[in-house]
Amino acid sequence: MTAWGVSDLTVERGGHMSLAGVSMAVEPGEIVAVVGGDGAGKTTLLRTLAGAIRPAAGEVSAPALERIGFMPTAAGVWRDLSVDENIAFVAAAHGLSGNVLEERRAALLKGAGLESATSRLARNLSGGMRQKLAFSLAMLHRPDLLILDEPSTGVDPVSRVDLWRMVSLAASQGAAVVMATTYLDEAERAHRVLVLNGGSVLLDGTPADVLDGVPGHVVAADAPGDPERTWRRGRRYRVWSPEEPPAGTARVADIEDAVVAAAIAKGA
Amino acid sequence: MKAMILKEFRELRRDRRTMAMLIILPIVLLTIFGYAANFTVDSIPTRVIGPGAEQVAANAPDLFDIGEVDADATTDDALTWMQDNDTEVVIDTTTQPPTAYVDGASLFTAQSASAAFGRMGDQVQVDILYNPDLDTSWVMVPALIGLILTFIGTIITSIGLVKERQTGTLEQLAVMPLRPADVIVGKIAPYFLLASFDMLVVTLLGVWIFDVPFNGNPWLFALGAGIFLFVVLGLGVLISTASQTQAQAIQLAIMMLLPQILLSGFIFPLDAMPTAIAAIGRCLPLTYFVEIAQGIFLRGAGLEALWLPYAVLTGMALLVFSAAVLRFRRDLAPSAHHRAKAKAA
Repeated sequence: MTAWGVSDLTVERGGHMSLAGVSMAVEPGEIVAVVGGDGAGKTTLLRTLAGAIRPAAGEVSAPALERIGFMPTAAGVWRDLSVDENIAFVAAAHGLSGNVLEERRAALLKGAGLESATSRLARNLSGGMRQKLAFSLAMLHRPDLLILDEPSTGVDPVSRVDLWRMVSLAASQGAAVVMATTYLDEAERAHRVLVLNGGSVLLDGTPADVLDGVPGHVVAADAPGDPERTWRRGRRYRVWSPEEPPAGTARVADIEDAVVAAAIAKGA
Repeated sequence: MKAMILKEFRELRRDRRTMAMLIILPIVLLTIFGYAANFTVDSIPTRVIGPGAEQVAANAPDLFDIGEVDADATTDDALTWMQDNDTEVVIDTTTQPPTAYVDGASLFTAQSASAAFGRMGDQVQVDILYNPDLDTSWVMVPALIGLILTFIGTIITSIGLVKERQTGTLEQLAVMPLRPADVIVGKIAPYFLLASFDMLVVTLLGVWIFDVPFNGNPWLFALGAGIFLFVVLGLGVLISTASQTQAQAIQLAIMMLLPQILLSGFIFPLDAMPTAIAAIGRCLPLTYFVEIAQGIFLRGAGLEALWLPYAVLTGMALLVFSAAVLRFRRDLAPSAHHRAKAKAA
């Protein structure tokens, strides 16, 4: 099995460092979720992995372009082409034709729920349908490495479920999937999570590793405490403490708490 | 309201292109219109031939800039010079009274020359060549073809290319297994074909509706239009590489289009402009296309007469198109890492 990824990657853009010493690996059949706040470097990491950005330092290990599927943040569909025409264009670029294309097209359209929309222009599709079309285009040629930049951002909950099912299916069929997401519940379902903060790796590992990797622990509270260490979750608050958790208690409840707590701990 | 005005000023200050249009464009337009918007020609390049050449040259009005006086030259020589656009007027003294051949393809020059000769009464008979009725449409239609090609080449092409960037699909194309050359040619070829079709339609309509004569070689004209199209398509691609949105592309394209309309000799004669302004006009591709189009349509000129505008346009096409392709390629070309792997695969 070949692992793809980046090693000690540094990227400079517009005179400032977007990524500093970031390493990440993804194996076939595995989903790596890249999470982090705005400006954390998620898109830069994915675009560098896809070969669209030249790094200042570090190693990038990725298959040839023919074996990469990439879904950019802005959907990556041609809005003035119909669903069928979008598929035909991408298929031609990848040299797909005949029965292979027909089978692939039918399977992806069915998975995306777009069978009845094949003649609709992409610009007339709903946001969720457009994202699913973009995913289908990225998956059309059965890539070895599937790079998805926030595929579910702005998508309704039902379409998010559909998208996640398509991502899982792609991984189960052998694709290595790297996916940036702002939804931490999605990250929890990934095999590995990479948390970026300001261009550096904050946490890395399986969801369980990430929860364990947070220094200190988090407790739920009804009233806010130290504003530097408190954040709101629903109607209640979470408070991070640098002390070791009492025996038998978890450090944090979920990935969302882990990301916030790790960011606070780094600045503490 | 104060907050709104302040916000608007802050946004404008950071929108450099709009600021340029607001501040620089009026100054440029004022300067250009002030100096270039002149239909009156003060100096007309003139040659005088035949046995009475010396005497006629000495008595010619100041408007005529006598460049060559050749007592031995013949009427055939005069007509060849006119066709080759070597001069605007030839006064031929081999006839009695002398005949003044005037280039009707240079409309304002011909009007000035005609008026000056008219004031001389019967001393000179005037023969206006190529556009005997000094019909404005005969001069405008060939130049309009250039303007239409410029419009399609710069504005439409740049909008089409920027759309790809604006919708995020340029990013998608960059990581698809397409060579940059495939993407660039694939993007530009439709505009090249559409502009060529437009050129054909406008040419045929011009000839049919306005009775504009087409005296030259159509293939030579097609060659000139093709080279010119490469220049303006190149400008369109360059504009697209410097724009993030379609609105920005339109702004830049207008900034490139306006000087071409005003300073190419299409509306205001270059001969009537001050040297410095005319020199700017000489840097613009439309100037040379107008020379080619009017030369072929009206004078029936061949390559031997039009080699200079062809050569300049070819140079511009190579320069602009290469720069455009390199910049567009920079946006598309992924890191060498993937390319190397793709080749090996």
